[in-house]
Amino acid sequence: MASKTLYSQRDPMLKRDGFEDILEERRNSSDLKYALRCYAPVLYKGVTPCKANMLKNIVLQSDQLRYVINQVSQESGEAPDIIQEEASVILEEMAHRLQISTVRFFAFALSKAFKTLFQHVCVNEEGIQRLQQAIQEHPVVLLPSHRSYMDFLLMSYILYTYDLALPVIAAGMDFMGMKFVGEMLRMSGAFFIRRSFGGDKLYWAVFSEYVKTMLRNGFAPIEFFLEGTRSRTCKSLTPKLGLLNIVIEPFFKGEVFDVNLVPISISYERILEESLYARELLGVPKPKESTSGLLKARRILSEDYGSIHVYFGQPVSVRSLAQGKVNRSTYNLFPRHIPRKPMEETQSFVNDTAYRIVRLQEDNMVLKPWVLMASLLLQNLEGMELSVLTEQTVWLRGLALSYAAFLDWPDHAPTAKVVSSSLALHRGLACVSGGRVSLVVGEPLGPVTPEEALFNRAVSVLSCASYRNQVLHVFLRPAMLAVAMHTAASSKKSEWPGLYNCFSFLWDMFSNDFILCPGDTVQDFEEACYLLVKTGAVQMPQQDIVMTDIGQPTLSFFNGLLEPFLQGYQVVCRYLCEEASEGLTEKQYIPAVRSFAVKLILAGNLRCYEVLSSDMQKNALAALLRMDAVRKVKVADQVTLIVNKMAVNSIDDILGGKLPTQKALLARL
Amino acid sequence: MLTSDSCLSLHKHGSSMASDSNSSESQRIAQQRLRIIAGHLQKHKDDDSGTIATECKAEANKGTVPRKRQEIMKWNGWGYSDSKFLFNKKGQAEFTGKRYRLSGMVLPSLQDWFENTFGASVNHKSPATPALNASAVPPASLNEAFVEDLKATGIPFSHEAEDRVFRAHGHCLHEIFALREGKKFERVPDMVVWPNCHSDVVKIVELACKHNVCLIPYGGGTSVTSALECPPEETRCIVSLDTSQMNRILWIDEKNLVAHVEAGIIGQDLERLLNESGYCTGHEPDSMEFSSLGGWVATRASGMKKNVYGNIEDLVIHIKVVTPRGVIEKSCQGPRMSTGPDIHHFILGSEGTLGVVTEVTMKIRPIPEYQKYGSVVFPNFEAGVACLREVAKQRCAPASIRLMDNEQFQFGHALKPQVSSIFTNFVEGLKKFYITKFKGFDPHQLVVATLLFEGDRERVLQHEKQVYDIAATFGGLAAGEDNGQRGYILTFVIAYLRDLGMDYYVVAESFETSVPWDRVLDLCRNVKERINRECKERGVQFQPLTSCRVTQTYDAGACVYFYFAFNYRGLADPVHTYERVEHAAREEILANGGSLSHHHGVGKLRKEWMKESISSLGVGMLQSVKDYVDPDNIFGNRNLL
Repeated sequence: MASKTLYSQRDPMLKRDGFEDILEERRNSSDLKYALRCYAPVLYKGVTPCKANMLKNIVLQSDQLRYVINQVSQESGEAPDIIQEEASVILEEMAHRLQISTVRFFAFALSKAFKTLFQHVCVNEEGIQRLQQAIQEHPVVLLPSHRSYMDFLLMSYILYTYDLALPVIAAGMDFMGMKFVGEMLRMSGAFFIRRSFGGDKLYWAVFSEYVKTMLRNGFAPIEFFLEGTRSRTCKSLTPKLGLLNIVIEPFFKGEVFDVNLVPISISYERILEESLYARELLGVPKPKESTSGLLKARRILSEDYGSIHVYFGQPVSVRSLAQGKVNRSTYNLFPRHIPRKPMEETQSFVNDTAYRIVRLQEDNMVLKPWVLMASLLLQNLEGMELSVLTEQTVWLRGLALSYAAFLDWPDHAPTAKVVSSSLALHRGLACVSGGRVSLVVGEPLGPVTPEEALFNRAVSVLSCASYRNQVLHVFLRPAMLAVAMHTAASSKKSEWPGLYNCFSFLWDMFSNDFILCPGDTVQDFEEACYLLVKTGAVQMPQQDIVMTDIGQPTLSFFNGLLEPFLQGYQVVCRYLCEEASEGLTEKQYIPAVRSFAVKLILAGNLRCYEVLSSDMQKNALAALLRMDAVRKVKVADQVTLIVNKMAVNSIDDILGGKLPTQKALLARL
Repeated sequence: MLTSDSCLSLHKHGSSMASDSNSSESQRIAQQRLRIIAGHLQKHKDDDSGTIATECKAEANKGTVPRKRQEIMKWNGWGYSDSKFLFNKKGQAEFTGKRYRLSGMVLPSLQDWFENTFGASVNHKSPATPALNASAVPPASLNEAFVEDLKATGIPFSHEAEDRVFRAHGHCLHEIFALREGKKFERVPDMVVWPNCHSDVVKIVELACKHNVCLIPYGGGTSVTSALECPPEETRCIVSLDTSQMNRILWIDEKNLVAHVEAGIIGQDLERLLNESGYCTGHEPDSMEFSSLGGWVATRASGMKKNVYGNIEDLVIHIKVVTPRGVIEKSCQGPRMSTGPDIHHFILGSEGTLGVVTEVTMKIRPIPEYQKYGSVVFPNFEAGVACLREVAKQRCAPASIRLMDNEQFQFGHALKPQVSSIFTNFVEGLKKFYITKFKGFDPHQLVVATLLFEGDRERVLQHEKQVYDIAATFGGLAAGEDNGQRGYILTFVIAYLRDLGMDYYVVAESFETSVPWDRVLDLCRNVKERINRECKERGVQFQPLTSCRVTQTYDAGACVYFYFAFNYRGLADPVHTYERVEHAAREEILANGGSLSHHHGVGKLRKEWMKESISSLGVGMLQSVKDYVDPDNIFGNRNLL
């Protein structure tokens, strides 16, 4: 692929680098030679040379861990030796055993696999150069987006390719189940953490000290996924803070001068797990990771998955970010080796940082034309004329570009060709027949019940939605404003305060589904206004926002874009008000909402399939919990949901476009 | 740069400072001049009747510091006029004069070090204005009534520009830089008075209160906190109260081992005079050649041998202070009292905001029988700090123990005088070979700890062994007495070296802090890194020199001293750049658990952090004392609060 520079118009500072295809060289030279070549990366200038084994000793003998061991020993009455032994076992289970030979094996094997699976693996080399610089100066934390199992193998592969220090990677324990593979991953730098260890002080201490030791010593860049897990929807997930807290703390405690966070955006043209995710969201549990499962997945190898773009963002200095936000001297009066809950100031800083990093990941996600097409197709589930689709895709491209989308649109190719090759790559999702484009619905075997048909349709809608979701972050803020305008008044004219309230309600409502930085409501509102005005969709004479004549298509596209979310949340509300029994448990919630929605769809009262997604259901519940419309009560071992029907009802009303009295709205906001 | 820490002692073994014969020579000349002046004054004195005047009548003034300080000291730099570094015609560094051990010597490696470290060149000079331009000095605005009444007391005073300018500054970089550049002064004292004794001070303070005149006490003038700067907003007549003539030891009490001393005495005189009776105070801040006893009290000074003798707060038994409300003193000399908060602690560190310290009773000790220098080389700074921590833990610190980082170690080496014999050169070479090649120390990593032991011979040797044994467990190698001694030379010539740097576009300053043991390494690393980064961001074109040393050890932490210097060619306002960098460095220190100051004090330079450091309630407590003691802000130097 030709390298090209995509330039953002939203923010003149946001200049993006061009890409190089790293597979190109692999296609032209020996993989074996490549796997065996001399590997001598530059290291952190303050590095304390140490082997993986020494690392374990440093951790086990650290003041931090010794303190917790004594504490646990006092609480449990066990001898410190026994607790120490436990800690040692935990560490053994957790620790990586990074080995260059394993890395070389992966370099060879992945070269072969990547060449089969992908057309291109593109990397921004300027980002690599920045990273190389950063690695020498400060401890570096690599924060890639997480869409696929492939992500961390790919990351290490790229770093090896560019002769950069290989990262140690925090991975979920589930990989360990894959016997041989788990160990291979361990030897390529993965360390394994349990998914939940809430109250286990010792585990937390071993884990956090292990990570901090590697960071402080400059052992290797630390890599983890802020989103915590693979996003099944291709929307960025709201960040998890545990690990980020751990890697930032050494800076606050003065143990390192600075920590650099490097947001990395990995964009797949087609995700390997595409239909797997859709099924999972619909309630078919994900297959347990097993080696045989992986081998079965080999049939994947016969398909074309297009390109991957990996964008290494500008390293973010924690020191600069924290300037004026966190007073480090508050750490002066407490021994640094005693674990302490972060202060409020720190917590909100870490939270804020996490959101900003995820937004940076979003900003640098490369979008393919198909993403735009999927957005259009989902608003026309009955199918579209190919010519209309083409025309609207071109229109949407213009809109996306003016909103600074990082769009990878082939140079100099006629639009029709771009559209048709996109359709070809995604032939499993959409097909053209008789000049009409429509979603493909998987042909089921044998007789079809209505539920099965619905299920199949939902799979293709959710798969398609996972592409639309990739562009949501570009349009989200103006789209919420468009919905607010629609809700606030059916007239062309809306007063500011009401509009803002409405926007702010949506912002709050959807803040589990989308990446909305805490406290940024006003800023997001202003950005939304700015963007809509910029593209001429609205005008803002004085205190009003007025839709222009040419703004209609934009605003209605935006309304359509968020429609599934509005409807989905409404279905959840309606379920809670109308159907939910007393004593509904948290466990029952998802299947219950699902069958409620299935009923509605089958009865022809609902056309929104996306509400079947457990992701949306969870997010809706989280929003209602946050807004105190639903409460969790723990009874015995069960967590029960207590519904405030009045509140849920009025939320339903607002989502449905029925504007409540100003007073009631304000009271809730 | 120089207030505290230490300089070499004058004892049998320490010969590096003013060697006795030389200094007495210059003193003789100075004192001759003084006697003539005193002769003129005698007349006034004779007019005064009463016991106090008699008491005040100085027996031939033995002090080093004349009233006209500029006669023997630089008006725009550090120390004695006859002592300075320069690059001679061959480009070799020399130290002029006869006062110091390095005096008259050629330092062949200094030029290379200087040029390589700073990217400077001996061909690029930035010379100072040669003489004070009297027109740059604002005219004295005198309070005539005060002057009249003062005349009646017979206390000498002056309003000559040179005297006033000399007392308008301390030794901060910006102050010396401004003098060198011949900048116009915004505010200087309007007159200088020289009280001869406590009762003179009482009279001056009474008159100041009566006529609403602002008094700024002036001792050795070695402040590095802008403490001596006149507040520009001060509209009253400012009188600099120079204590230098109050320099007598009034009595020595051998039974209790205390001496009663006038607070204007400077460190070197105090030690010399006590030595004559076989005693010493053991208080040896780096600035002791020039700093005064009153100044030590007013800033909570620390001496390099505090491990044996204690810091100033441990040394004082009794303090007499003249304040606008009267004289503060205690009723007895009990060695410890439980009489509420110690009022001495309102005085110690009050930085001239409450009154003038006039007399101090302080502990003395017999001169130690034996002194021995020593040094230990460590493979890196971490090992050195770990060793000092262990020494502190075992409470076996020698009189002085200091750890210099690699930069300072190299700096110290650059100050080696020309070696006289091939043999010494050969031995040096062998040592270097042993340490770097045989022991595998990296010459760019290794650091050196310098040691000074004191006591009776046998115990010193025992003590020495104990410390070297501890050092060995941290990979330390004994590196000889000579290296140790050289380390201490560095601390007193460094101030002279700053003047040399300023002749060649290099500005330099030092600052200090105290910090808990577990944070020493992190603080040193982060502060250095911060300085480097700030310099880069502020357009400094050359790599700055950042260096630190651990200069004092305590049970719970250490004192860390930083040197920071850079070549300012290409900068429009080097002083401003310097100040921003130092400001950032201080913020970094505070963020890393360091204190606002270990012994330099707050002055006006660090006032902005006082609230953060001692809480606003704490500031309020200090303020209420100030309000009570000095309601009209007669002592209006505006330090501290």
